[in-house]
Amino acid sequence: MRYSALEIVRQAFSGNRNWKPAWREPQPKPHYDVIIVGGGGHGLATAYYLAKEFGITNVAVLEKGYLGSGNIGRNTTIIRSNYMLEGNEPFYEFSMKLWEGLEQDFNYNAMVSQRGIVNLFHSDGQRDAYARRGNAMKMHGVEAALLDREGVRKMMPYLNFDHARFPILGGLYQKRAGTARHDAVAWGYGRGADMRGVDIIQQCEVNGIRRDESGLVTGVETSKGFIGCNRLALATAGHTSVTGKMAGLDLPIETHVLQAFVSEGLKPVIHNVITYGAGHFYISQSDKGGLVFGADIDYYSSYAQRGNLATVEHTIEEGVSLIPGLSRARVLRAWGGVMDMSMDGSPIIDKTPIANLYLNCGWCYGGFKATPASGFCFAHLIAKDEPHYTARLLRLDRFERGLAIDEGGKGPQPNLH
Amino acid sequence: MSSFRLSSGGIVNRGNAISYTFDGKAMRGFEGDTLASALLANGEMLVGRSFKYHRPRGIVTAGAAEPNALVTIGEGARREPNTRATVAELYDGLTAASQNRWPSLRYDIGSVNGLLSPFLSAGFYYKTFMWPKAFWEKLYEPLIRRAAGLGRIVTEADPDRYEKAWAHCDLLVVGAGPTGLMAALAAGRAGARVILAHEDFRFGGSLLCEKLNIGGVPADEFARAIVDELVSLPNVTLMARTTVFGWYDDMVFGAVEKVQKHVARPSADLPVERLWRIVAKRAILASGAEERPLVFGGNDRPGVMMAEGARIYLNRYGVAIGRKVAVFTNGGSGYGLARDLMAAGVEVTALIDPRRDSGDAVPEGLRVLRGAGVIATTGHLSLKGMIAERSGYEEAIDCDALAMSGGWSPIVHLLCQRGAKPVWSDEKQAFLAPDFGSAFVAAGSAAGLAALSECLKDGADKAIALCRDLGFAAYEMDMPEVEGAYDPAFASLWYMPGSRGKAFVDFQNDVTVADLALSQREAFGHVEHTKRYTTAGMATDQGKLGNVNAIGIIAGMRGMSPADIGTTTFRPFYTPVSFGALAGTARGEHSRPVRRSPLHGWAAKNGAVFVESGLWHRSSWFPREGEKTWREAVDREVKTVRSSAGLCDVSTLGKIEIFGAGAGEFLNRVYSNNFLKLPVGKARYGLMLREDGIVYDDGTTSRLSENHYVLTTTTAYAAEVMAHLEFAAQTLFPHLDVRFASSSDQWAQMSLAGPKARIILQRLVEDDLSNAAFPFLAAREVTLKGGLAARLFRISFSGELAYELAVPAGYGEAVADAIMEAGQGDGICAYGVEALNVLRIEKGHVTHNELEGRTTADDVGLGRMMAMQKPDFIGKRLSTRFGLTAADRLQMVGLKPVEADGEIKAGAHLLKENAKPSMINDQGFVSSACYSPTLGSHIALAMLKSGRERFGEKIVVWDALRGQELLAEVCAPVFVDPDNLKLHV
Amino acid sequence: MASLITCPHCGVRPKEEFSIRGDAVPVRPAPNASDETWNRYVFVRDNPKGVIREYWHHVSGCRRYLVVERDNVSHAVLSVTDATVAGRAGQKEGVR
Repeated sequence: MRYSALEIVRQAFSGNRNWKPAWREPQPKPHYDVIIVGGGGHGLATAYYLAKEFGITNVAVLEKGYLGSGNIGRNTTIIRSNYMLEGNEPFYEFSMKLWEGLEQDFNYNAMVSQRGIVNLFHSDGQRDAYARRGNAMKMHGVEAALLDREGVRKMMPYLNFDHARFPILGGLYQKRAGTARHDAVAWGYGRGADMRGVDIIQQCEVNGIRRDESGLVTGVETSKGFIGCNRLALATAGHTSVTGKMAGLDLPIETHVLQAFVSEGLKPVIHNVITYGAGHFYISQSDKGGLVFGADIDYYSSYAQRGNLATVEHTIEEGVSLIPGLSRARVLRAWGGVMDMSMDGSPIIDKTPIANLYLNCGWCYGGFKATPASGFCFAHLIAKDEPHYTARLLRLDRFERGLAIDEGGKGPQPNLH
Repeated sequence: MSSFRLSSGGIVNRGNAISYTFDGKAMRGFEGDTLASALLANGEMLVGRSFKYHRPRGIVTAGAAEPNALVTIGEGARREPNTRATVAELYDGLTAASQNRWPSLRYDIGSVNGLLSPFLSAGFYYKTFMWPKAFWEKLYEPLIRRAAGLGRIVTEADPDRYEKAWAHCDLLVVGAGPTGLMAALAAGRAGARVILAHEDFRFGGSLLCEKLNIGGVPADEFARAIVDELVSLPNVTLMARTTVFGWYDDMVFGAVEKVQKHVARPSADLPVERLWRIVAKRAILASGAEERPLVFGGNDRPGVMMAEGARIYLNRYGVAIGRKVAVFTNGGSGYGLARDLMAAGVEVTALIDPRRDSGDAVPEGLRVLRGAGVIATTGHLSLKGMIAERSGYEEAIDCDALAMSGGWSPIVHLLCQRGAKPVWSDEKQAFLAPDFGSAFVAAGSAAGLAALSECLKDGADKAIALCRDLGFAAYEMDMPEVEGAYDPAFASLWYMPGSRGKAFVDFQNDVTVADLALSQREAFGHVEHTKRYTTAGMATDQGKLGNVNAIGIIAGMRGMSPADIGTTTFRPFYTPVSFGALAGTARGEHSRPVRRSPLHGWAAKNGAVFVESGLWHRSSWFPREGEKTWREAVDREVKTVRSSAGLCDVSTLGKIEIFGAGAGEFLNRVYSNNFLKLPVGKARYGLMLREDGIVYDDGTTSRLSENHYVLTTTTAYAAEVMAHLEFAAQTLFPHLDVRFASSSDQWAQMSLAGPKARIILQRLVEDDLSNAAFPFLAAREVTLKGGLAARLFRISFSGELAYELAVPAGYGEAVADAIMEAGQGDGICAYGVEALNVLRIEKGHVTHNELEGRTTADDVGLGRMMAMQKPDFIGKRLSTRFGLTAADRLQMVGLKPVEADGEIKAGAHLLKENAKPSMINDQGFVSSACYSPTLGSHIALAMLKSGRERFGEKIVVWDALRGQELLAEVCAPVFVDPDNLKLHV
Repeated sequence: MASLITCPHCGVRPKEEFSIRGDAVPVRPAPNASDETWNRYVFVRDNPKGVIREYWHHVSGCRRYLVVERDNVSHAVLSVTDATVAGRAGQKEGVR
């Protein structure tokens, strides 16, 4: 069923009784060409592009919860491609390009809204660092602008310009950045994949990976029984180490909890995405009016999708410092997602030492914006057994080879990225 | 509009009338009213508009779960959007305004959405607005955003104060209704430290609105007596107006106390809200139960209200919700209400009960329709009547208010915030909190108990058990007899079949039964999918009223039990919490502490301009009269240092005292270069790596005596390096005898640099400072004239003859003054970090602009400092990896513009001449740049691919971000005194 | 855990006083250990779901590194030991 305004009108006249399911609820087949573990954004996008771009449709996505129940369903919905290093910028820009045509491509309105992001800076040193980043973006042909204090004030008069502990000196502006409706991204990819024959199997937990004598993967043990495959792809985010271990992989990943927040619905005031340079706070306002924001991880290892009060306070202190008017508004809900923090803050899309096992992980705080490119590049890797050009540096062996992609310059301590 | 306040009854203070306004209209209430009770007393049935369809809405509850009566309270910078009128305490001068309507509450253009509702079914926006592509951002989204949100946020800073505090107790009791009061009393009598936190401004909960006797006295008097006793117990803390919003690890509870939200002009001496982190050994959840609405056609009409809400307004506030009230109930609650209304003289037109029979006592004269249900309501801005249906026959019944009761859901929110899912009980027809063991338990109606007598006993029993668990001798209490209670038992009715018109499940977000059905049809069957697709439970009330009904309805549609559907995830906050309370005092200029150097006063009186540098305020430059730009001042300072002398505050550098027999060996392991043979009385520049071979920090370390070193760090990494050293000493090399103390704040440290530095300093120092006696890199304790002991280091960041003098912090300003005076005749000047930066760029010294967490020692030309012959040092082993030794790594070089007046800016990138900009062609970037008054042109340090092989090459400095492009010559990164002649004079 | 930590030196203290370094299990290899061993030490994390040992630095207290043994799903703390003491015990047992 194709979605359109016309279809909405047609359906309305029959009392909305004839809408078709967005996806099937299939029983697993005994064997697939490709099994993707993880029905979050990246897993579903991978399945979608495998089917659409590479013609591989005998694919199952196995999800232990419900479709889109991972971090795709609990993030701050920011999309951007304002990176500095060669390993990242072309990849995230590829993602941005896919975002720009995504809704027409998968016939689902994911509310991609290019309302622009401003990374504020508060010192000359920070300005120089953002100038370097902005020039790196422009090197890659990505539009960027350096705003001065007045430029920022014009766009965001509600920021704390007069009584700030760390004065706002300006910001790096990427106009094409913005937000997207996170759940709709999962649903759009899920529906698009299903439509092309992919089996999305929910409530199907993978408990083991079966390998033959040569070490090759033959399939997975699941809560719905054994399912065989020719190629296995892991896209399990915070649970990467757990699923990786099923195949004997030891990975450069630590799992941490990141909290995010939404306020009560308020008439839209914040029209852009903002990041605070004197802290880690970031905020935007959704089309429903909720302020969506977050800051640092809780810093301790955690597989629990909940955080603690100290981090809540810290986040909101930064928020009120940046936007004084927030003080009288109310926070509605806090949630936690578990992040696959890598050793250099950058992701991994690569083959593994096991020839038919593929790995997608290391997304740290930033997996949402990467969803389209992650899916595309991972599908490319699985289908062709060679990396997509933009993801060629996101290798698993880059640490031992001394080729880390460390945007923050923090080194191999995952909770600092 | 005439008053709905009854002539008597309730526990408001009728002697104290209070004036307030709603949408500009002046009204009056009484002390003890909430805004909601005062609005109802004035007959205000219409108080808000819903989110999606802008339907007219009235007050539904009398408590925290209110989805409809959201108003903006206050004015100016104190304006608070989305405030629930049902929990807003009335005060004199309160101003309230309705929200989400235009032009007015009665005539709201947005209500046209209701007519379009067939097209606006759940998730419709995911299926359209996609063509043409550009229209989403240009047309559709702006329209949607114009309609979005409820109240309006202020943009000014908050004029009021907030604060945070910790509290500790043996037992935290959440909620001071019958269960909570009994629990607190039992624990209080046992001698436990008890905190009783209650959301309301008055303790008692349902006891304040029940017409019954407990132990022979009316319920509210019974409550008052317990409160009086609790107040008298020194071990019990009663916290009114305090909402416990979150349960965190280790029995830490987050709570927010409204200290001054019930006054028009808050006193500046008190916070308006206080955030409490309550650490409890044990806790009891006595949050009660929420009455469930019934889902039927037109159940959102203003005038349709929860039966419990109606009972609270009647018995606590003396307000009737209507003149002709109908009741629709599937349990005893509705009968109890009808009884109370009739006793107060309010007409009850009919009681509709879908059950065929029940044991409920029917008040005399009440018309009861059994086996019947309400299928529709009439009226627009207020309720005019309803249509009851029984066995296929319909009857229109006039009423101006309809009270509904669909049963009870225990309020288990807090207990389920840490991952546990509530468990469905078929017997109780409700979700109950799972059993966690002993630390935090639900009691009373929060645990699914129905009868008041059971709740009283449960509160006491559970408190006694928990107190005993903690070692208190707690004694059983005599339970008072309850007389006159109705039986609150009920039979679930999830949805009234045959309903006409929209039947709402989530009032605020306008989610109807049809929306739920559509979500099931479209494969959004998982309860989380249903929520996210329809937005049920995502409004400001987080589904407190509607969620259980939604689950029941979905279960019915799918032929399952609510147990199989389960709930969505409970997460903080129980009710929304202000940003202000969570931020506390950390806001504005006080968002982080300010660090000031001991020489701050010296710098200030010398005219310094200060800039933020991390937490520090550092003296940046010292403008003199006639200097129009910062550059003029900096140029003069640099020239003065190069030609005469200057004094700079370097106190912000981290200083770590290192002691112990193993200190030398330890330093040898944390630095890449050799430290074993550093003689006493000498300083050495050291490079510290991370274990991955990347440079971490640099600085000088001096050996003051055999087993005492002082290590300096950069300003930015002072805390991190201290932690790094402690980590190394405590976990990596614990066998080494070494101890640390940070002395960053204990020493004022100043750099005296320039050819005349020695002459000036010698005037103040007893010791011989001649080059022979105190050569380059000497580091010793010296005596200042007058006897003050100081530390003197002959080290130089500027490249000039220079000394760093450290004196105890309290002497700093006086010593700096003395140096300035001593050097006056030689033309000494104060110089700031800007000039210091120019001086070090000219000399090619690195900072964290170059050591940016991705550079190796060799990258910045310090490869010689990698003492690879040492058996071990942190970072050695991984420093030789392929990528870290590749030939095309970025290496530090100098840049000089080819055109003399060209300006190079930090952050620019580098390109070969005529190369097309691309990431592949990118040759590197400018890390530091300045105007060099010494050379008379701009210069820069840059990181360039294979840079050291490219001296003499012309390269494009590409700064498209700022619209600049110029040609520069690559050169060695030392512009001044490359042979270090100045250092050794 | 994660709200309060019982420091063996300072008693029960709030999380805000600590900074968390990370996995406390990897042991720094001998200088001449293999590349593989060194790479694993610096870059590979076991990252199990369940009981872990993690370094917490009592920054605003005794400034000791503590080995906090905890469950990263329930957040329950099983033990808190001074890192040096834990290291010594580990050497004796031959595991860390």
